[in-house]
Amino acid sequence: MEIPYTTTARPDTGLYNAKLGIWLFLASEVMLFGGLFSAYVLLRVGAPEGFWPHGWLSVTLGTVNTLILALSAITTLLAWVACKVGDFRKFKMFHAFTLLLALTFLCVKSYEYHDKWIHYEIHLKDGRIADGHLEEQDDQTVTILGRIIPGDQEQLLYDLRSQKNIPKDEIKLDRSNILKMENYGPRHNTFTAIYFTMTGLHALHILGGCVVIGFLWGPGTRMWKTDHERFTNRIEISGLFWHFVDLVWIFLFPVLYLT
Amino acid sequence: MSDTTSTSTSVDIKSTARLCGVVLFVIACTTAVMIYTSFQPFGWPAKVALILGVAVVNAFLVASYLMHLLSEKKMVFIVGFFTVCFFISLMGLTVWAMQDFPVGTTK
Amino acid sequence: MENTVKQFPPFREAPAHADHGHDHDAHHDHGHDHAGHEEHHEPGWMSKYIFSTDHKVIGIQYGLMSLLFMLFGFGLMILMRWQIANPAKPVPFLGPLLEKMLGQVASHGVISPELYNSFGAMHGTIMVFLGVVPLAFAAFGNYVVPLMIGAPDMTFPRINMASFHAFFLGGLVMLVSFFIPGGAAQAGWTSYSPLATTIPTNGQAFWLVGMVLLITSSLLGAVNFIATIIQLRAPGMTWMRLPFFVWAQFVTAFILLLAFPPLEAAGLLQLMDNVAHTSFFLPTGLAVGGRLADISGGGSPLLWQHLFWFLGHPEVYVLILPAMGIVCEVIVNNTRKPVYGYKSLVYSALFVGFLSFIVWAHHMYMTGMGQKIATFFQATTMIISIPSVIILTCLFISLWGGSIRFNTPMLFALAFLPMFGIGGLTGLPLGLAPADLYLHDTYYIIAHFHYVVAPGTIFGLFAGVYYWYPKITGRFMNEFWGRVHFACSFVFMNIVFMPMFLQGIKGMLRRMSDGAANYSAARVPGAIDTLPDNIIHLNHFILWAAVALGVAQIPFIINVFWSISHGEKVTSDNPWHATTLEWQTPTPPPHGNFTVEPQIARGPYEYSVPGAPTDFTPQNDPADKKATVAH
Repeated sequence: MEIPYTTTARPDTGLYNAKLGIWLFLASEVMLFGGLFSAYVLLRVGAPEGFWPHGWLSVTLGTVNTLILALSAITTLLAWVACKVGDFRKFKMFHAFTLLLALTFLCVKSYEYHDKWIHYEIHLKDGRIADGHLEEQDDQTVTILGRIIPGDQEQLLYDLRSQKNIPKDEIKLDRSNILKMENYGPRHNTFTAIYFTMTGLHALHILGGCVVIGFLWGPGTRMWKTDHERFTNRIEISGLFWHFVDLVWIFLFPVLYLT
Repeated sequence: MSDTTSTSTSVDIKSTARLCGVVLFVIACTTAVMIYTSFQPFGWPAKVALILGVAVVNAFLVASYLMHLLSEKKMVFIVGFFTVCFFISLMGLTVWAMQDFPVGTTK
Repeated sequence: MENTVKQFPPFREAPAHADHGHDHDAHHDHGHDHAGHEEHHEPGWMSKYIFSTDHKVIGIQYGLMSLLFMLFGFGLMILMRWQIANPAKPVPFLGPLLEKMLGQVASHGVISPELYNSFGAMHGTIMVFLGVVPLAFAAFGNYVVPLMIGAPDMTFPRINMASFHAFFLGGLVMLVSFFIPGGAAQAGWTSYSPLATTIPTNGQAFWLVGMVLLITSSLLGAVNFIATIIQLRAPGMTWMRLPFFVWAQFVTAFILLLAFPPLEAAGLLQLMDNVAHTSFFLPTGLAVGGRLADISGGGSPLLWQHLFWFLGHPEVYVLILPAMGIVCEVIVNNTRKPVYGYKSLVYSALFVGFLSFIVWAHHMYMTGMGQKIATFFQATTMIISIPSVIILTCLFISLWGGSIRFNTPMLFALAFLPMFGIGGLTGLPLGLAPADLYLHDTYYIIAHFHYVVAPGTIFGLFAGVYYWYPKITGRFMNEFWGRVHFACSFVFMNIVFMPMFLQGIKGMLRRMSDGAANYSAARVPGAIDTLPDNIIHLNHFILWAAVALGVAQIPFIINVFWSISHGEKVTSDNPWHATTLEWQTPTPPPHGNFTVEPQIARGPYEYSVPGAPTDFTPQNDPADKKATVAH
């Protein structure tokens, strides 16, 4: 039994099956991320005045990741073109770049996660708030590299750029003085929650894309010889998925890092 | 016997690479604009609108050139465009619903 | 829409590299296809029944699984009805078993309030996501749609298989959650936050994981259905020649594709709330058990409701549209005349699909939305009733002047019309905010949506089972027992749900494990707004009617299995004398479906065409035959 239009386009729709399939899948992905973005909008609109964090994330790292993904999107496209013109070496090279760039993206991302994970907000019993990165801790003391903020200026925490004039210092705190200590993990507030959820889901998509592209780059290339046209199609639809992941990041970056 | 729409024989790596270079350059520029805007001292609503506007331009570039939507049938592009509009209006509806309180009550 | 045969390429185009020519053999393969090894030797039991990629086998897998889940969900309901009618009395027969399996929550065989809540939540979840949707959409859609459009299979057979496996896993997770400490989810099938997060058991996390799997399954299914209907229509099968059932499935697939992902997003956020202790849906200052909860706060409970009902309302049309499609096929076939208003049916279905995305907040009038937004959603809600009524009216008018064959599928299809009518019309007061404020969360709601789904959709599905059974097995189901099944189901279904309207109008709230005993006039004499005894006594009446309804399903269950080997054999491939393509294949259809590629020459419902040799003209009859019914 043969299913029609697996490699060639149906004349009246202009699409082969898998291309239609991936576009439908991407439509549902739009709704998935759209649901998350609307959650973001509602949480942000609902936050009290002045308590939505600004500048908590490193713009430098975000920019680097934006450019990495844009570049990998382009190598994906070039790999597909190399497939179409039948240049095997170029195909291998371009997709190797795609994979490398994707892994670099994930490395940068996990560095950022770690950075948030060791970033603590410590409420002291005297009302002041210590905020900074954990250096070391034991049973009695906690040492952080950061700032101390008076309790009545808590809003400073929500706009890191306004803290610039408070000097950063190594601060040693006695555990007996600490009221509450919490890292910038998902439960810290709704911003970190939506940040970890959205970028986490996005990172899972990157990982999924890596698996697919890695398969097509490695064992999947068998099909290059047996059914070249179908293989080219596979590269195209995996590329479409990859570009979509890039597209999501294009919105995630300004929404989380810049505004 | 290749199909008619997706596999045109006129492609070559060099011209595509040139196009890609342009797209990458534009994306880098728009990203720089976004970052520059975010550090400027004007109100958040205007800033957010501006930055998101630039992001939409970026997204349009990726969708139409890298995802080669422009070379697909016009119909696909139009359907996609209307879907985006529909979705944005849905989101607007929801935000409106959250801000619309019964008469005589407050947050 | 005419003369389209030319614009299509030959049906099975031989790829350029293949060395054999164009042929119609259903059993050839190119080596790279999904089932490369299946052609040359008889596949083993596992690959034939568990890892099958054949749409017909997958359809049957879905059908059997979802019927089992429906039976299970029905069983939960009987237990709940026992508890409502006889609060805190041990369940007869099953009580000791419940205690043994579930432990503390069912001590002494009594259903505790927590267990009642679990049963309530899981009854809804199982019936909707594991029972009706898989049966209506996945089972019938899988089996019938490719046959109806003249396709050899679905476009992505392996994704089709993966869809069933995800469904199976999701169902498994849901079932397992009954046996974890604390039991299954207790926050209702709507899982409103913060309740769903503050209940200190893990049932909700299991529910969410199960839902993510089920959503994945229906997503894969939806992609497959849409791609199949767009890409694999046989030559000449233009859009306006598609049977209405295919249109219904097409719209349903789009709803599933676009409405389910926001629920998946919401599910992920709630999972984060439950597992990573975030506060997406938990407001600032939330107190649990009299103490301030240890959360960051800042979330919005309304956000969950928006995201949930953004799926929840389109889901209603996922439940009803396939049943409407089945009913249309059965009615047209048994009245022996063309359907009235084919185009109105199609456009109404499309319009319903579109509008179903902008009515969701009519479930939320009680949440304190403002009047402006409520007005918007009231307006859209009233508008969406118009296409539903058009569909129903077209089906009613189709009966006019037909020489109707009253066989079992037709009886169920005919019963669908008034039953869905009752369900739909009683929904109108709920769509208007002032009436809804009073009726919200009462038994009136329960009666309303059960009339839509139980005697509505499920009757449509029964019609489908009786109608397509001869195609699937080559034998009819027993007609006598089919009629017994119909008559008893019809009577008892109404006895179960009709009194609930009364209870609801009198103000009896849903989700109370004591069946409103606390609000009875007998318990608090002289208090205002109590429930009279005769209203509460209806609970007993409903319980025994529900038990009788359960007994009425026994003939059906026996009939399904007995008829596989003992039913009356069909004498032709087209025993109902139908026009649509699924009857133009061998019985049962082989792998690859059609022995000769169908060439479609006419619309789907050409019955009793003047001058035609028979009173039905199949869609693939050659065009030169006389057939001139205009739409």
